[in-house]
Amino acid sequence: MFQTDTRPKTLFRKENLTVAALFLASTLSIVTTIGILFSILFQAIEFFQLESFWTFITGTEWYVGHNKSVFGAVPIFAGTFMITAIALIVAIPVGLGNAIYLSEYASKKARNTLKPVLEILAGIPTVVYGFFAALTVAPAIVALFELFGIEAAYNSALACGVVMGVMIVPVITSLSDDVLRAVPSSQRNASLALGMTHGETIRHIILPTAVPGIISASLLGFSKAIGETMIVVMAAGMRPNLTWNPLEDMTTVTVRIVDSLVGDHAFDSPHTLSAFALGLVLFVITLVLNMISLVQIRKFKKKYQINSL
Amino acid sequence: MTSHPFDDPSLKKRHRKARRFRSMTRLSIAMTMGFLLFFLFDMARTAYPALWQAYIQVDVNYTEASARFTSMAVAKEDRSLVSRAWLRTIPKRVEADPSLMGTTRTQWLLADGQVDQYMKGHHHTLKPGEAARVDALREQGKLTLDWNTHFLTQGDSKLPEFAGIWSAIVGSVLTLIVTMALAFPLGVATAVYLEEFARDNRFTRFVEVNINNLAAIPSILFGLLGLSVFINLFGLPRSSALVGGMTLALMTLPIIIVSSRAALRSVPASIRQAGYGLGLTRQDIVKDHVLPVAMPGILTGSIIGMAQAIGETAPLIIVGMIAFIPDAPGSFTEAATVLPAQVFTWAGMPERAFVEKTAAGIMVILFVLVTLNAAAIYLRKKYEIKW
Repeated sequence: MFQTDTRPKTLFRKENLTVAALFLASTLSIVTTIGILFSILFQAIEFFQLESFWTFITGTEWYVGHNKSVFGAVPIFAGTFMITAIALIVAIPVGLGNAIYLSEYASKKARNTLKPVLEILAGIPTVVYGFFAALTVAPAIVALFELFGIEAAYNSALACGVVMGVMIVPVITSLSDDVLRAVPSSQRNASLALGMTHGETIRHIILPTAVPGIISASLLGFSKAIGETMIVVMAAGMRPNLTWNPLEDMTTVTVRIVDSLVGDHAFDSPHTLSAFALGLVLFVITLVLNMISLVQIRKFKKKYQINSL
Repeated sequence: MTSHPFDDPSLKKRHRKARRFRSMTRLSIAMTMGFLLFFLFDMARTAYPALWQAYIQVDVNYTEASARFTSMAVAKEDRSLVSRAWLRTIPKRVEADPSLMGTTRTQWLLADGQVDQYMKGHHHTLKPGEAARVDALREQGKLTLDWNTHFLTQGDSKLPEFAGIWSAIVGSVLTLIVTMALAFPLGVATAVYLEEFARDNRFTRFVEVNINNLAAIPSILFGLLGLSVFINLFGLPRSSALVGGMTLALMTLPIIIVSSRAALRSVPASIRQAGYGLGLTRQDIVKDHVLPVAMPGILTGSIIGMAQAIGETAPLIIVGMIAFIPDAPGSFTEAATVLPAQVFTWAGMPERAFVEKTAAGIMVILFVLVTLNAAAIYLRKKYEIKW
């Protein structure tokens, strides 16, 4: 005999209400993304109604004056990419080296102590890195190059880039470490069984297998570096400066955004609105980087049927 | 001489190469750890002088005139050595204790920031005469370096000797209350929905992609959202803990969702099946059985999210939380500043004396962060269940 459910219907109506409320909460992430996109997009469109889009994308002069302003963002993009490139040159080898050490060589004990320390490094607020860059690293770089008789600026791209690189080392380390550990042990064992040394196994078998994951980690670091604000606000220059010399001061997209939104400008002035145009560029670039990064890691997971990442 | 069939003459070289490879990875981890050590040492060394503060013993005249023109309260030759910020508190002191009026008291008060810097051996702008007087007073024991008691109890000031971090601490706490009040319930609700109720359809996957993406969007863009939506569209007060907290909540949300989902996923299916077997509704199973088991994991993730929110600066600068706040804010809608924003403001001050204050502020932030992370690790270890 089956017993029919005699509990009141209200019980299930209540459950439907709960599920509806939970569903609503989960839509907030979509609302936020749309909110960010639209709040930037509308003001950016307003900006491009006042200023030429073509000049913004290709102009090499950025000048904000009382009467006349020119908004050519190329020097700003160039500064951003220079600082980001320096950061990645520091962060990718060190981060990858850390990940290889942690996943391949470290004993369990060493791993258990090193991991929390890396978490501390990852948790240091960027404003602290910014202060460190301006107070310690920048003067050190100036002093170092003075030894060779080369003049470096106190807010050089190099100082910012190096400190930013240190900031993204934990990001690349922890993601690459996960990826390297997820490489199926059958690959490793096969290589060792054929008489390859441990080093050769890592270099010729494990690393090539993990390449999509490492690319994903690097792209995430790239996107973090482009969007990083406090380090560059505190240690990079304000002046849009189109140059190949990393010892000169340069400015970045995020510095210009902060500069035009902090201070007393009318909210609908081109100067303020330019922040949103730059913000739009930042949004699009980081979105593309994040998406490629997601696709890469998914490819890696699918190919080796890994569920743990 | 016959060689072994497995002997490979290049083996030695290959092993050497493998060892070289290993030492390279060791070098990179040593560099990372070395950086962290050097960084912490450098910060602590810069912050150390902020533990001390110069105090000067002088006669203070509490008269009608000195309540109005506060610099008249001390003898002329001491005026430049006493903190102007302290003298400005004279009217308040007289108000608090009217019996002071008309008396002259010998008191220890805050010395000027330049005196402080001179006594610590830093760069200073004292004139030679003033420096000589400082030395003389020091001989007499009327000028001394003592514990800096007001750094943790005072608000911001333009004068370095009077600047403290209290109002930033209060601002940070208010902001975090708003952040967690919004992000925790919404984040856990989203995680519960996605793990326990949602079907695997296109919408669910779209939400997941969105969450992953939100976690990687530059923080400054959340500031742009806060500025155009919360301030310009909703008309909420600029610089307030409310707006700052709401902006940070949106950033903390993905962290809480991801960690809560992991915690919910680690609850074994047998618990849910037992609930179904007893005829419970799904709602009851989640509320009474799944969530309590997953709670330590959820709390750990939330603490880590909170730690990240504490250090976040860029979006708060955009919504105006770098205002000059001498007195601690009393409500969520008053202008406020937060710890990292205070550090940022001090870092931009031209006076050398603010360098040690900035580093001291950073030490306060790092202390809070390490405490929170330790709490998270402790929670994880204590309540971790092995199934």
